[in-house]
Amino acid sequence: MNGDGAPAIEIRDVDVRFGETEALASIDLSIGQGDFLGIIGPNAGGKTTLLKVILGLIEPDRGEVKVFGRPPRAARGLIGYVPQYARFDSDFPISVAETVGMGRLGPRTRRTSRERDRELIRQALDTVELSDVADVRVGRLSGGQLQRALIARALAAEPKVLLLDEPTASLDTHIGRSVYGLLERLAEGIPIVLVSHDIGVISRTVRTIACLNVRLHYHHSRELTPEMVEAAYGCPVDLVAHGVPHRVFESHGDET
Amino acid sequence: MIGEALSYPFFQRALAAGLLAAVACGIVGTLVVVRRIASISGGLSHSAFGGVGLGYLLGFEPMLGALGFGVLSALGIGVAELKLRQGMDTLIAMVWAVGMALGILFVSLAPGQAPDLLGYLFGNILLVSPGYVALVAVLDLVIVGVVLFLFRRLRAVAFDEEFAWVIGVPVGALFLLLLTLVALTVVVLIRVVGVILVIALLTIPAAVARHWTDRLSRMMAFAVLTGAVSIAAGLFLTFGLSSEFGIDLPTGPSIILLAAAVYAASAGLRALTGRLHGS
Repeated sequence: MNGDGAPAIEIRDVDVRFGETEALASIDLSIGQGDFLGIIGPNAGGKTTLLKVILGLIEPDRGEVKVFGRPPRAARGLIGYVPQYARFDSDFPISVAETVGMGRLGPRTRRTSRERDRELIRQALDTVELSDVADVRVGRLSGGQLQRALIARALAAEPKVLLLDEPTASLDTHIGRSVYGLLERLAEGIPIVLVSHDIGVISRTVRTIACLNVRLHYHHSRELTPEMVEAAYGCPVDLVAHGVPHRVFESHGDET
Repeated sequence: MIGEALSYPFFQRALAAGLLAAVACGIVGTLVVVRRIASISGGLSHSAFGGVGLGYLLGFEPMLGALGFGVLSALGIGVAELKLRQGMDTLIAMVWAVGMALGILFVSLAPGQAPDLLGYLFGNILLVSPGYVALVAVLDLVIVGVVLFLFRRLRAVAFDEEFAWVIGVPVGALFLLLLTLVALTVVVLIRVVGVILVIALLTIPAAVARHWTDRLSRMMAFAVLTGAVSIAAGLFLTFGLSSEFGIDLPTGPSIILLAAAVYAASAGLRALTGRLHGS
């Protein structure tokens, strides 16, 4: 599937509520071949929720989600997913290579041989430059190494589209930059969606950018307009980091 | 003393059953420990006692009752966990106590003399039959076969359930399967240490093994070894004390205390060597 059929991800008019709280409202989004979308937004703005809706981990209360033309549950294994890493039991007895090997456990990869699996795991580790620590327990990795191991795990699945949740949240800028460099190379092959609250770095890497704060503000461009940012963050934000003149935007209506 | 012990058929059977039980307890116990479901396994073992009581009441083999109650409770708890995702503590505690209550109730209703309840609560490995040894061997085969076949998937679900789901691993089915394996293991261990002490034999050997390896597969092997050593030592110790000094100690609790001693020694050694290696 190369995106000439159904788009990789198609979201139409999706709402998600957690009890009384509105997490996502009226989300429309289509991701196809060649897309490299960065989604920024405040904490609790729904970024992780949006990714989980695409993955099928959260059922939307309204609207429709399709992944390569199928419901997310039926498309499991087509998406490479890089979660925020903080949730793991760092004491778990599993090596880096074994963790990356999780990417080879889906139904789509069941018919491949063990040798092929090992080869893909090796390649994925090479891609993220972690071959040296393949046999180390995953809990012993530094934050940056772990983040790259999780990217390798997603790549080992030979995904058709890649979703990343705050891939550089805990990294220092140097390692963060190398992760983004890696993503730029990967984006040559498959569509990528990454969410982050890190406006500065994200806007230098991705091809298009969107703002999410319950509602999605997206104009299919790389330009981050003051209106988008303000709508997303609900307050004026300093955009000096990527070339917008340094000033504080005036307040105006929050509808876009 | 060892030679004398081994010359008795009842002791041979007990040792065979104990060593076979160590296989199940090491493999499944490791999964219980890394998955952090020790409390569920405690609930399952106690619920199995309800089946023991029902067996007495209706006159069928109590271990079959334990097997039925254990597996049904495993599936019930598992489905509830998958649906509710929280508040499991309360449900586990209820299954735990209700199983015990049912067991006592059934036994009190059963006609005739009160059966050997202590044996089910704290183990009676010295009284196992040849048929029981064969049952443990069969259950071992099932457990080893399933875990070998699904090893990477069981590990993936234990480590990162969300990613496993996303990649397409049947997370829910594997969780129910794991709980069923725990229920089978619990039934195996009831004769060895009894329903009340099963939780210790599921967790202690795996915890000892975790001291010495960073790999799940090796952890299982170490846990089997630790369990086997604890069970064999408990058998020989209680037999020896009885035959040499006339001191009769119950075997099940002795096994647990020996396992706990191994754990303490392992933790101490681990701390010591850790310091020597400067880490």
